[in-house]
Amino acid sequence: MTRRQLLILLPAAAVAWEHILAGTPEASPNYTMSEHWWGMLMDITKCIGCGSCVRACQLENHVPDGYYRTWVERYQVLDWTVETPHVDSPDGGKNGFPPPKEVGGKNFFVPKMCNQCADSPCTQVCPVGATFVTPDGVVLVDQKYCLGCRYCVQACPYGCRFINPSTETANKCTLCYHRITKGLTTACCEVCPTGTRQLADLKNPKDPIHEFLKNHSVQVLKPHLATKSKCFYYGLDGSVR
Amino acid sequence: MAAVFLVGVLAFLGLRGLLVPRSFGQYGHYRGDAIKEIAALPVSYAGHQVCEGCHTEVLDVKSKGMHKGVACESCHGPQAKHADDPAAVQPAKLDTAVLCVRCHAANSSRPKNFPQVGAAEHSGGEACNTCHQPHSPAMVAGGSQ
Repeated sequence: MTRRQLLILLPAAAVAWEHILAGTPEASPNYTMSEHWWGMLMDITKCIGCGSCVRACQLENHVPDGYYRTWVERYQVLDWTVETPHVDSPDGGKNGFPPPKEVGGKNFFVPKMCNQCADSPCTQVCPVGATFVTPDGVVLVDQKYCLGCRYCVQACPYGCRFINPSTETANKCTLCYHRITKGLTTACCEVCPTGTRQLADLKNPKDPIHEFLKNHSVQVLKPHLATKSKCFYYGLDGSVR
Repeated sequence: MAAVFLVGVLAFLGLRGLLVPRSFGQYGHYRGDAIKEIAALPVSYAGHQVCEGCHTEVLDVKSKGMHKGVACESCHGPQAKHADDPAAVQPAKLDTAVLCVRCHAANSSRPKNFPQVGAAEHSGGEACNTCHQPHSPAMVAGGSQ
């Protein structure tokens, strides 16, 4: 073999080897990732703090007691405490809320969950590629690859991650990826009795989210962090952290 | 020297082939198969469309009332197993005295326009479905509203 032939053969062999390593991608007949870009709309003017979303999430995703992929916070803001609101979330709001201790001021509920950031801090810090943003915009954790190093738990500015005590790996909201890829909505959206939570496909031109975003004042949590959050809040008060 | 280099390269490629999962790098710096594994997890909440496929009589009542926007599994809980085998898995009977107050117990934190009652003075401990039909609560089943 001449040097010329070897130089031609080597790149071809490298490409062939990479193809062998990558394996053959499985065809998914009913779902094409590139056709979706998932997010969530929270209309907090409708939230009644019933905790249905928290219970449904725990049952659907087998979330251990005391840990939450989604939870509901109650804000109590008196006239002079806009910067220091009283926030409570007994058991994540799973069993609802007792009447507020202080009378007066402003009271409202804020459902929280993974904001499915497009530039998510949690995926940037993962040292092994166990957490990632899928081509359809959902932040997931590979349970077989996660080391449980907790970098992502610290990196999430919204406090949405935890270490599952039974697997010792990072856990978080998957936006019910196993449901939305089957054409269903998320468990929390399914059971929300007031329509506070609405799953949104930002790549679907027929999704009502586009009309809503066009005609309403919406906000994301901690916009100064530029995480490109896809969890849009309508009626968000300035006191919410 | 060339032989050592070649052996080194082959050893690297061989080890890489063994240690790095085949789907790693398929979509990005992660294991592509993880997406399929997560997508393949079973569902617990069947979705109201599945319920409505069989329980059309309930849908007829519900679609005319205030609870038309409330999904079946909001109250009845996850019913995917019941949907898979309706005869073998029966949903548990619900206690309306517990269930209704989750949403309708008076609480000043709730939006003012949401219907709320102080359960004790409203019903005196009676179960809500004594007077209200849960699937369409404005309808009176046997008492005053």
